[in-house]
Amino acid sequence: MTSVDGFSLSINGHNRSVVDAVAGESLLFVLRERLGLAGSKNACEEGECGSCTVRLDGETVCSCLVLAEAAAGREVVTIEGLGSEGDLSDVQQAFLDAGAVQCGFCTPGLLMAVDALLDDDSKPDDLTVREAISGNLCRCTGYGRILDAVDRAAAARQAEATP
Amino acid sequence: MPVTIATSIDEACASLAAHPDALVLAGGTDLMVEVNRGVRTIGHVVAVDRIPELRGWSLEGDRADVLRLGAGTTCTDLAEPALASLVPALAQAARTVGSPQIRNTATLGGNLATASPAGDTLPVLAALDAEIELQSAGGARRLPLDEFVTGVKANALIPGELITVIRVPVLEGPQEFLKVGTRNAMVIAVTSLALVVDRPGRNVRIALGSVAPVPLRAVEAEVLVAERLDFENMASPDSDLVDRFADLVADAARPIDDHRSSAAYRRHAVRVLARRAILRAFPGSAPVPA
Repeated sequence: MTSVDGFSLSINGHNRSVVDAVAGESLLFVLRERLGLAGSKNACEEGECGSCTVRLDGETVCSCLVLAEAAAGREVVTIEGLGSEGDLSDVQQAFLDAGAVQCGFCTPGLLMAVDALLDDDSKPDDLTVREAISGNLCRCTGYGRILDAVDRAAAARQAEATP
Repeated sequence: MPVTIATSIDEACASLAAHPDALVLAGGTDLMVEVNRGVRTIGHVVAVDRIPELRGWSLEGDRADVLRLGAGTTCTDLAEPALASLVPALAQAARTVGSPQIRNTATLGGNLATASPAGDTLPVLAALDAEIELQSAGGARRLPLDEFVTGVKANALIPGELITVIRVPVLEGPQEFLKVGTRNAMVIAVTSLALVVDRPGRNVRIALGSVAPVPLRAVEAEVLVAERLDFENMASPDSDLVDRFADLVADAARPIDDHRSSAAYRRHAVRVLARRAILRAFPGSAPVPA
């Protein structure tokens, strides 16, 4: 294993130093194991499940497929940057209200995907919603309530946009 | 730092010249899977995802009928309406790659570099007779697609070279990309087929994916329909011609049994896709000009 020199990542608006990484570590691994940001989940490590979804310069990506060092200089937003306890984002609140969380493992990735969807399209039709979350697997198969949560989040964001 | 984040093609080529064994990292959606599994070790890496020259597209030629695509064009970019209207089959293929997260980073150049038999854009590039431009510190060269993809996950890149540009013709006529998999989202092709029509040139070009080590053209099928189809009115071919066309396309396939499907099913699927594609492209009446 080749160790790498330290590098810095911009995560949720903060500059974070990574000092003890090994060559080839993914952004997901660095987030969870080097920086203690365990909200992004690790399941498939091959881009199939979407549990590790983060925003990279605004775009949703699977953080397991991003080489951590190569993300230097880009803006990373993780689930920890979406909202916090007592100050939930509209999408997080909608998932709670709809009961769209079962085991919770897919939830962070779904929240990131839905947040990105609503940034692009505040009134997505059903097909657009299904397409937007097609990269996020829920193995509890709780998609009915997840789709309900997206509707609630869209309504909340529209209400916010038109006071 | 063993990772060079290149911001220009020249910088990337200089870095590749200095480290001929370096890995080129574009979207990472193939490469990082191997790294995560531990089947590929990482030494020096040249990241090419922040090179503006690799991202755009433009029209070239006296009649602006050649599309020049930067190799860093993502699948999401390919599916945007402006590009989709120029090469619809390429947009359809890009649209079937992985998930939105994958399409946001996966690139056309990366699909070529991986050169998987199941690479979704490859049959379209084969049908379009795409030309691949490669650059190194020593200069540039251009290869037709069938000389670039040389085998299963094998291509003509030599150490120090970077895929920079993909050129495809902008054709007047319908295009189809069809793919068979086990589900609709996030699926690797069991088989795929691209069909493009050149109405002024009065020919149809058809290529197959996932049924051979490299994308295959169904040349005999192309010759058959070029002579028989009504390119003026785009009239539906009669059922005898459709059957013969589909048989010739299926005959061109060289499928194998593997973990994803059987050879027999793949050949059957190719025949079905060929029928579907030709009937969609020739629906019975000429499209109204936009």
